Order: sequence, then C-alpha cells, then structure tokens
Amino acid sequence: MNPLDTTATTLGNDIAAGRVSAVEVCRAALDRIATVNASLNAFNLVAADRAIARAQEIDRRRVAGDPSGPLAGVPIAIKDNIDVRGMLTTASSRILRDFIPPYDATVVRRLEAAGAVIVGKTNCDEFAMGSSNENSAFGPVHNPWALDRIPGGSSGGSAAAVAARCAPVALGSDTGGSIRQPAACCGVVGLKPSYGRVSRYGLLAFASSLDQIGPFGRTVADAATVLSVIAGEDPCDATTSTESVPDFSAALTGRVNDIRVGVPRAFVSEGVDDQVRRAYEAALETLRAEGATLVDIDLPHAKYAVPVYYLVCTAEASSNLARYDGVKYGYRSSAAKDSLKEMYSRTRDEGFGPEVKRRIMLGTYVLSAGYYDAFYLKALQVRTLLRRDYDQAFERADVVAMPTMPTPPFRLGEKTDDPLQMYLADVFTVSANLAGLPGVSVPCGFSNEGLPIGFQLMGRMFDEATLLRVADAYERVTEWHRKAPSL
Amino acid sequence: MNYDDPVPTTLTIADVERIAALAQLELTDAEKHLFTKQLADILAYAEQVQAIDTSGVPATAYVHPAQRTEREDEPRPCLPVEDAMSNAPDAASDAALFRVPRVIGG
Repeated sequence: MNPLDTTATTLGNDIAAGRVSAVEVCRAALDRIATVNASLNAFNLVAADRAIARAQEIDRRRVAGDPSGPLAGVPIAIKDNIDVRGMLTTASSRILRDFIPPYDATVVRRLEAAGAVIVGKTNCDEFAMGSSNENSAFGPVHNPWALDRIPGGSSGGSAAAVAARCAPVALGSDTGGSIRQPAACCGVVGLKPSYGRVSRYGLLAFASSLDQIGPFGRTVADAATVLSVIAGEDPCDATTSTESVPDFSAALTGRVNDIRVGVPRAFVSEGVDDQVRRAYEAALETLRAEGATLVDIDLPHAKYAVPVYYLVCTAEASSNLARYDGVKYGYRSSAAKDSLKEMYSRTRDEGFGPEVKRRIMLGTYVLSAGYYDAFYLKALQVRTLLRRDYDQAFERADVVAMPTMPTPPFRLGEKTDDPLQMYLADVFTVSANLAGLPGVSVPCGFSNEGLPIGFQLMGRMFDEATLLRVADAYERVTEWHRKAPSL
Repeated sequence: MNYDDPVPTTLTIADVERIAALAQLELTDAEKHLFTKQLADILAYAEQVQAIDTSGVPATAYVHPAQRTEREDEPRPCLPVEDAMSNAPDAASDAALFRVPRVIGG
C-alpha cells in the first residue's frame, strides 16, 4: 500500500508511533513523483537528497525521544514562488530561472520546525499570474483526472501533486483564487486564509494587498493542521495580524446546526455550467440536511469583482515587478551591453512571458496620469462597496457558499488566445481577496466526463475556525474527497 | 480628472509604446499589435466600473487600515553581503557592488 494514500494527520501519527519511518514515507513520495511527473509536469524541482536527509533527521529524533512537531516526517510540496533557502525558486519565470534564495520564507521555516519534509517545488503560472497554469515558462501542468485538461491556476502544480498522491499536503498562494480554483479543478481541498493570517515574507510578491499563502490537502483536517503551523504574527511581515491563532483542528466538531449558510442567489444565477450548478445545489442541500440553515443574501457589487480585481492586481503587479531589472538578481539580457536603460528593457522583454507583460502593461496604464482616477481609484472605491456587501451578508450568515469555478476544468489551450475569457473564470474567487476574507474550496462532485467540481465557502475575517468546521462537516458526510485519479 | 469625463479606451500602437516605455519593456512589433487589441478589450470590459456611483465612498487600498507600522529602531541580524549578492548577474563581489552598463551618455 502506498503510505501516501492516507492523510497527513494519519501519516504523522504513524511516523510518531514508529509504524512507518519518515524515510520510508519520503522514498514513497519521491517514487510517486518520479512515476507521475512526466505526465503531470507538476514539479519544477524535486529535492530528493535534501528531503531524505531531513527524513533521516526526523527518524533519528524520534528514536532519541525528541519529538519534532505536528508534521514530523510528513512530505509537503511547496509552490515555486515561495523561497526555500538554497533551493532553486523560479516563480516559473525565465527571469528567475537561476535564482537561489539566500533565506527561507517564514512559512517554510515554520513547516520545517514542525517536522514537515519538503519534497520539491511545484510548477505554477509565471509569478502566480493565471487561472490555468498555462503561463509557466516550464510548460503547463496537466490535470491528474484528465491530462488534456487544465489543473487550474496559478497553484496548479501543488493541487495536482496532492491529487496525484505525491504528497498529502502542499502550499500555494492565492491572489485571486490561485489556491481555491486549482483545488476545485483537481478534486482536493484548498484554503485561502484571511489577509494577514499568514506571513508573506519570502513569497515572491504579485499583488501585495491581495496575496496570501495557504494549504492544499485531501481533507479539511489536513488543511487545518497546516494552517495552524504556518499562521500567526511575523515581525518580518508588517501586514501579519496580531490576532491569536486558535487550534484549527480542534474546531472541527462536525456540528453545523448553529450555522447559517448565506446563498447569493442573484450572483450565482448566471454563467454557471449546469453540472456545476447541480453539484453546488446538492452541496447546499447536504449542509441543510446536516442541520445548517440556508439564508438568501445579496452581494450587489460582486458582479464587478472581476474588473475591480484586474485593475487592482495589475496596478500592484506593475509596481512589484519593477524590481526584476537584471541588476541584483535574476536574468540579464546579454544583448544590451552599452546602456543601462536598454539593458533593463531588453532583460524584461526577454525574461517575462506574455501574461506577465500584459499585466505589467495594464497596471502601468491604469496608474498613469489621466487614467489613475477613472480606473485605479475607482476600482478601490468599488472594492469598499464590495467589502460592505460582505459585512452586511455576514450579519445574516456565518459562511457564504458559492461555486468555486463556473465550469469544470476546461481543455488546455482552450482560452489561451483570449485573456479576457480566462479572467472571467475567476468570477467567484476574486471577491475573497478584494475583501481580505478566508475562503476554502471543497470537492463536491464530478462532471459527466469525470472531472472534479468544487464549491467554495467564505468566512468572516479571521474566522477560519468556523469556515473549516462547516467544510469538514460537509466532508464527513460525503465521499468525493476519497476518490483518486487513475494515473 | 473628473469621473464624468469620458475615458477613451481605444488604444493605439503609440499608446502601447508609451506604456511599454514607462514599464521598461522593449516589445517586439508582434507584441505591440497583440497587446493593443488585448488591452483595449480588457479596458473596455473594465470600463463598467465607471458607471457605479461611488460618490463619498472611500478607497480600500488595503483591508486592515489600523496596522502597526513602527517598531523600536534596534539593530538586528541581516543578510550577509555575500549572500545578498550571490544571485547578481554581474557582481563586483570584492567591492560589494553591482556592476551595470553605462548610465550616463550611453
């Protein structure tokens, strides 16, 4: 039996009890990656020697009676836009193809202190910009359930790795849905925490007011365990919250009879694929049958979330990505040796892929004189209206439920020529980032073609405990998360 | 500018060249043509936000406004110079400097 067929929680217990060694588990993970990665392209880098050495250390400490933490010996995959000291970190971009971070991200430091074993860095859309993982400089990730389909983006490699049993848990980052949407596409659980819950130190910045790191798992309990490890204030990230971090695992009681689930009927009434709608309605019915109360809510500005998001995130990206100029780190064009200005522009043209350039251009435009007020400032005002919509919704509801993605995962190549159509796939996920709220995608069915479908729950600011409790209660009475792709 | 003014979002190649220069991107002719159409489409779609009444609505640049931004100014360990320069494409490591092409008169 593949030890990776089980959850991180069970695996951690088995390792702690000596029923299996961390090295055996690590070898199983590395073998599984070696078997499936040629089909999936989920990993940019496999850190086999380092992982085995870490696992040996975990085993030594266990034998010595020195416990290594709640994730001792649990393999984890890390999205390739999160720094691991000494390990190639590329953000799937040509401009960082040789970048070796001289420090660890805070989440990496906390995971390793808890005993987690990093098995590799996962493929993603370049600088996390994309909804299909097709914007990677290293080629797209393939969906483990159907290799001709997108795995979702931008954290497609992390979602595919967890679905394909390469590791029970993984980290991604979510700026507009980049954890939740690939989780839905790959049939796993993906959690975007509240803004400020998890340190962004060591995450390569895309849109700093929206970016947040979060976990993937095959169960809500595993996502909760990883969140408990990575969450909390960090002096290296001034935007982290001083809110105390509860034990998220302890919140998973299975009870929802005190929960009011907000259903934004008008917002989800259009543009949703029939099969996704049926799976979503069935998930609502399951929660109701478990004792939750469904309440209608109105989110009148949610329909503007996609344009607001693409105005805000591109503006922030154009500023954040100015640092890639061929001077301090990263690729430098060899074509321009005679002028600094030409070196900058050649380096950036050769180093960035088309979607990154498109977003830098759009962001530069909306911040430029004459357009700032009409586009950027206006978007920030509508962002306020959207937050107020959610404030009002959460007076009536404890969580808000909607589909994660309007369709099942589409075919690779289907939308690459039309960026605007690609952006519209983010309609249900971008609101959580604009409002800073936590959101989780949970498997809730399969299409006729056997493609995973997920639904999303959003919670109050810093109330991941309630959010995860509802998601876990749903998972306890359904079987979707137990299904595995036949790779 | 006044929100009531119409904002032209029909982009020209010249607009794209101006934006590319601001963004320090040297685009190929093919990229300029492609981006002119794609950015015009995206901006036309984004124009719908201009119809929303936002009079008196403050902007949200950031969802946690009451953030502590100060700490005691005490020296702390920081990245060693050799580590900070280890990824530079052209480092003069012994002098702890980044080398770049000519800045003036180039």
